[in-house]
Amino acid sequence: MATTFQCDIVSAEKNIFSGTVEMMVATGALGDLGIVPGHAPLLTALIPGPVKLVLEGGEEQIFYVSGGFLEVQPTITTLLADTALRANDMDEAAASQAVEDAEKAIENRHADFDYSAAATQLAEAAAKLRAIRQLKR
Amino acid sequence: MASGKEIRTQISSIKNTQKITSAMEMVAASKMRKAQDRMELGKPYAQRIRAVIGHIALATPEYSHVFFEVRPVKRVGYIVVSTDRGLCGGLNTNTFRLAMSTMKQNFDSGMEVDLCAIGAKAVGFFKNFGGNVLASKRNIGEAPSAIDVVGVVKVMLDKFEAGELDEVHVIGNKFVNTMTQTPVVEQLLPLQASEDESFKGYWDYLYEPDAQALLDGLLDRYVESQVYQAVVENNSCEQAARMIAMKSATENAGDLIDGLQLAYNKARQAAITQELSEIVGGASAV
Repeated sequence: MATTFQCDIVSAEKNIFSGTVEMMVATGALGDLGIVPGHAPLLTALIPGPVKLVLEGGEEQIFYVSGGFLEVQPTITTLLADTALRANDMDEAAASQAVEDAEKAIENRHADFDYSAAATQLAEAAAKLRAIRQLKR
Repeated sequence: MASGKEIRTQISSIKNTQKITSAMEMVAASKMRKAQDRMELGKPYAQRIRAVIGHIALATPEYSHVFFEVRPVKRVGYIVVSTDRGLCGGLNTNTFRLAMSTMKQNFDSGMEVDLCAIGAKAVGFFKNFGGNVLASKRNIGEAPSAIDVVGVVKVMLDKFEAGELDEVHVIGNKFVNTMTQTPVVEQLLPLQASEDESFKGYWDYLYEPDAQALLDGLLDRYVESQVYQAVVENNSCEQAARMIAMKSATENAGDLIDGLQLAYNKARQAAITQELSEIVGGASAV
């Protein structure tokens, strides 16, 4: 049985990753998903969070995805991201600052405060931070 | 024959026009590069999402989305993508010609047609020509954003969902290379299955969270991305076509100037010769 599968990560703006991988870990709407070769066909929505790829030979790569869709076929997996970034392109200080700002905004809310927008912002910032921390480990 | 002064003013006015056209050519060339980049960057996403949709169409899903429904065709919808500005050669004319001939075929076989115009030129064209325009969008600009097309696309999707349209197509230009742009009709709805037969069979995806919410989101995203891609591609075509049109205009102006310069020189020579012969004639008379 094959030990690798084809994995493509694309966002509306560009092609992020395309190649063969041994394993993929993504943040699905209902929890983290681990995909290995021969996975049953699966279609899921993604929430903001890190995506980890284990490349052929064991090298790891981590991406940050702000949501999108994941299609899994036994031999090919396609991730349609809203926006995707390579985790090492991101700045930890900026991400933790964004988390703080978002938390503060939720704490001192005003009458015309858009709760859902702020919650999304917080979730995205926290997910970015998670991706960076995962990369450092 | 026109006098020297007349020709000279003509030459200088053509030279001014030439300056304008050559400036427009250069502007279009730089804009084309940017538009092409935008088109290339969006392509992988559009292709992948198209492949995913193709797979879904081959599966035997528990929830069958209305966008996959193939109905007998009584009413067709066309989204016609054009440019906002003119001076881009025959680009829009070719698009509209294709739109007209496709629509004529539909009328001949007893179907009715609804339209949706993107770009000021299409809006203007269908206003003059007639046709049932459901939605229109102009002033897309050079860097179209997906939000710009969502509105018009939604009108068509709602009509399809309500059963008022049985097919939806997009008409726009395909960017072959800088010299060639060909108008094409592409079917948007109902969604077409992937040609990769290996996926055919009685299988279904596992859906997380549930099939309906997931497919609704994904299919809307798909249609929007296809139309957006068509708009972006048409934009590169526009810049390329304008560049070529302005290049040939500049060359034509150069040819005209050459011809006029020759005529001017001849007129000047003739005037000098005439003056000389008058002087010689006058001298011999004395």
